[in-house]
Amino acid sequence: MDSDTLSLTFAALADPTRRAILERLKLGDATVNELAAPFAMSLPAVSKHLKVLENAGLITRGREAQWRPSRLDAAPLKEAFDWLEHYRSAWEARYRRLDALLDAMDDEQHP
Amino acid sequence: MSDLKVTANPGSLDVIVTRTFHAPREKVFRAFTDPALIVQWWGGPGELTTQIDVMEPRPGGRWRFVENDNQGNIHAFHGVYHSVAAPECIVYTFEYEGFPGSVAMETIRLEERDGSTYMMDQLVFQTLEARDGMVASGMEEGTRAGLDRLEAVVARL
Repeated sequence: MDSDTLSLTFAALADPTRRAILERLKLGDATVNELAAPFAMSLPAVSKHLKVLENAGLITRGREAQWRPSRLDAAPLKEAFDWLEHYRSAWEARYRRLDALLDAMDDEQHP
Repeated sequence: MSDLKVTANPGSLDVIVTRTFHAPREKVFRAFTDPALIVQWWGGPGELTTQIDVMEPRPGGRWRFVENDNQGNIHAFHGVYHSVAAPECIVYTFEYEGFPGSVAMETIRLEERDGSTYMMDQLVFQTLEARDGMVASGMEEGTRAGLDRLEAVVARL
């Protein structure tokens, strides 16, 4: 996964409304009207959020012009999560070396 | 698995890293403040090599690290120690030379917990742009700010 794709994923996830939309879609496909229901937000505003999610590849939208139900696509999240694990493991590798050093250090106080 | 946790909340100026080390606090403190020890764990084989240009762990002392990522990329960092209180706290400024003029303040606190040492490392930036910019500009790849956000979302999906 290249960093541009990651940036798109992160940018899409940066907004609480979009995160809520993804959570809703976890339960099943939904139309714009259904997605807008919990928010004090106009349909065009919700559509704008959907566009961002779609551009980031996090959702796909049906072809029926009138309903266009949104569907969660977990693949970019999975890739981003794998990347995150790799990133965390780099931090962890550094601290593991410190663990090993701490084990090897003698217990005497140095001046 | 260790208990390593990296927190960078959206809209917050800091990055917090916490982890437990199964060693007495005095030892951990030495590993953070002795140049001969730092070089043994900071960079690793196949990753980064760290060269310590200056390291004067005392109030007013300077430090400067140069990291080489083995692909010809060099990243240098420097700052000044504000306080060095053995064995519990180290406070210093932190400036990435690739993003000059933006100075962060880092506080490493070590707490004793049942014979182990709990570390809390907080890095506070002056602006959100600086936090994200620093993170994006190469010390590590990517946007640290996005990590916890992402993790929180992925955990629920």
